[in-house]
Amino acid sequence: MVKVLIDGREHECEEGMTVLQACEQAGVEIPRFCYHDRLSIAGNCRMCLVKISPGPPKPQASCALPIGEGMKITTDSPSLRSARKGVMEFLLINHPLDCPICDQGGECDLQDQALAYGFDRSRFAENKRATGEKFMGPLVKTVMTRCIHCTRCVRFANEVAGVDTIGMLGRGEDVEITTLEQTLDSELSGNVIDLCPVGALTAKPSAFRARSWEVEKTDSIDVMDAIGSNIRIDSKQGRVLRILPRLHEEVNEEWISDKARFSCDGLTRQRLDQPYIRKEGKLVPVPWQEALTLVATKTKQARARCAAIAGNQCDVESLYALKKLLEGQGSQMFDARQGGAQFDPALRNGYLFNTTFARVAESDALLIVGANPREDAPTLNARLRQAWLHGSLKHVFGIGASCDLTYPCIWLDDKPQRLVKLAGGKDGVFETLSQAKRPMLIVGYDALERNDGKEIWHLCGVIAEKASMVQEGWNGFNMLHRNASSVGACEIGFNRGLEGIQPLLVAMVQGDVDVAFVMEADDFDLESLKRCFTVYIGHHGERTAAQADVILPSAAYTEKDGTWINTEGRVQQGFAAVSPPGAAQAAWRILRALAEELGEPPAWNDLQGLRTSLVQEHPDLGTLDRPLSAAWQSLGKAGVLREDAIVAKRDNYYMTCPISRASETMSACTRARRALRSSAMTHAA
Amino acid sequence: MSFFLKHLRAFLLLELLLGMWLTLRSMFRTKHTLNYPYEKGALSPRFRGEHALRRYANGEERCIACKLCEAVCPAQAITIDSEPRDDGSRRATRYDLDMTKCIYCGLCQEACPVDAIVQGPNFEFATETREELFYDKQKLLDNGDRWEEALAANLKRDAPYR
Repeated sequence: MVKVLIDGREHECEEGMTVLQACEQAGVEIPRFCYHDRLSIAGNCRMCLVKISPGPPKPQASCALPIGEGMKITTDSPSLRSARKGVMEFLLINHPLDCPICDQGGECDLQDQALAYGFDRSRFAENKRATGEKFMGPLVKTVMTRCIHCTRCVRFANEVAGVDTIGMLGRGEDVEITTLEQTLDSELSGNVIDLCPVGALTAKPSAFRARSWEVEKTDSIDVMDAIGSNIRIDSKQGRVLRILPRLHEEVNEEWISDKARFSCDGLTRQRLDQPYIRKEGKLVPVPWQEALTLVATKTKQARARCAAIAGNQCDVESLYALKKLLEGQGSQMFDARQGGAQFDPALRNGYLFNTTFARVAESDALLIVGANPREDAPTLNARLRQAWLHGSLKHVFGIGASCDLTYPCIWLDDKPQRLVKLAGGKDGVFETLSQAKRPMLIVGYDALERNDGKEIWHLCGVIAEKASMVQEGWNGFNMLHRNASSVGACEIGFNRGLEGIQPLLVAMVQGDVDVAFVMEADDFDLESLKRCFTVYIGHHGERTAAQADVILPSAAYTEKDGTWINTEGRVQQGFAAVSPPGAAQAAWRILRALAEELGEPPAWNDLQGLRTSLVQEHPDLGTLDRPLSAAWQSLGKAGVLREDAIVAKRDNYYMTCPISRASETMSACTRARRALRSSAMTHAA
Repeated sequence: MSFFLKHLRAFLLLELLLGMWLTLRSMFRTKHTLNYPYEKGALSPRFRGEHALRRYANGEERCIACKLCEAVCPAQAITIDSEPRDDGSRRATRYDLDMTKCIYCGLCQEACPVDAIVQGPNFEFATETREELFYDKQKLLDNGDRWEEALAANLKRDAPYR
């Protein structure tokens, strides 16, 4: 510990900190533009000037100055104020006076700090410099004349996102941030918009649509992947305008993926806003009562011959309500693994990301099986990259379809047979893993969503055991879920059995199911619904809605209060930002009304009651924001592996759910990425 | 004594004559009344009358939808929606001004960075229905076109004092 004097007050801080960090810790505000907690130190804006004694007579940039024993730091004095005023004046020399048309206006660091530390007029009579726009793809809009060259975007791209296509060229007045005039090849590119302290980089999809002060801000949870990123939904006049990350050190830090940030325009397109019934082959809009009565009649006839499939973004409350409804009919046929993933949902240690995101940095060797963390969980991939860049992560091996993870990964094989060799223990890679102090394994949905998924899952468990990935105080076995609903469905017993959805689909094909409830699921084999009376509870008119017999319109994730459990087993709650369109309702409300219609109303009447009864049944879900954990148990039984390679099941990161498929922005991103990849191919050839 | 004088004054109708004298004098003085609506009084260039949205000389509307007027309006009479226009510039797709809410404080004019929203010299815009006082962007732009000459002259006259 080092003792320093900050503005005459004694403060103790850790060795190796910078003066700025120490001041921050002591609660003293120091203005800054280029310094950012999560990026390397650049020291080029010179705004964070402080006076150090003993030291040089001139003010020092505090962000790049390491703390020393007995330093006396002055953060506010007439000379410092005039020095900062001078820096501010220089920064504003070439900054245009276009705040009224700048989207950053109202949430701009430069505006705020110019007000607090700046000079109220300019003495610069010469011509201002202007810079041409740069192309950064369909998400990031650039107005480079506003740039103050803090290089936050450059550092973010290089360090966190792992793309090196942004840089700085020139010196003095000619200095410019440049790109390769191509789309940023990253799933995290939207974060440069938040990082930019001025309006040089702004969001293209929501450009000019609202001011920061007029939007309604609602805290919620992202459902585009299983990370459960904390988000803030900004809405205006009942429409979601944009989505921003919320700081959560243990989950998403302060990043969110592009899909989470920009797919919100899909919420206004292709929406189901009233109930429909199929009459003479055509879907006809009907009032709620008529639709509910019809579904209730059919359900009463079917009794135990009902089944349910839930989708990727369902909240725990809706899953619980659906499960109770089916159990009330005596049916046990329900599952939320619509992609066909196979694992035992009764073994909590086998389906959680046991290591937890925050502790990923401690790992020193990693084996990835059939996962692409870059696309399945971009913020987790940023953590892995940080662990490789600054931490202890030295060896990364992969089994499955090879992909660029932004850090080196040795792709051993794409056939699952390699796992047998690894589990056998006579292998160089196994040696490396078992000799590592904190070895880790991530098994993903590309491997699990196969007919031999449960065998691969079992082998991963064997490898974890043999390579001592599960030790005292460390659990290196991780399942990386793709869907926000997966862990919730496992926790409340909505997922059943090793085989996943397969037996359910077989039952449907064989005609053992009369009524099929499909809740927000569009990505399974719809052929199997042919012989069932299909009730679709969902928010987008997509594949399933097109062939459903009854459509009950439900609320999307921005329109309901809900609970989601992320892949770590962290229970988090989100709040409704806007109301659902038309007659749509939150799914649990629909199911409550349906249960009433069936004459078997549940004990609860509102969300509070539902949650109380849910927590009574599953006490672990009562604790918010703490990862669930479980003692280690062996996973499944050995079986026969298939010969074919593990392939990437998703070919397009941007469009994976009904919301993102309906989004114009996401389709622009898809086109941009395809163009980028094909031009890269041409260059390579 | 005072009792005697008081009664003498009353008896000689002095107050009445004084009053009639005032009337007689005023008959030959300049009149204070105006023959409204054929005559109108002088207005300050800062007079805060009916609102208008101005254009540039080339016909381009000045408003850039910065929403500062919306933010500053104490009566919350202004509603603006904005979107990028086809040429990429920031424009208001909606500029609604509820004249029944407006308190004619002039803060919108003060806030405007481009002199787009102004309060002109027109005070004769009474209507028969409330609905006619809910101005939209087109109405305000038309006002601007109609009054541009007077608006520009007023702004010019007031400019030295700003």
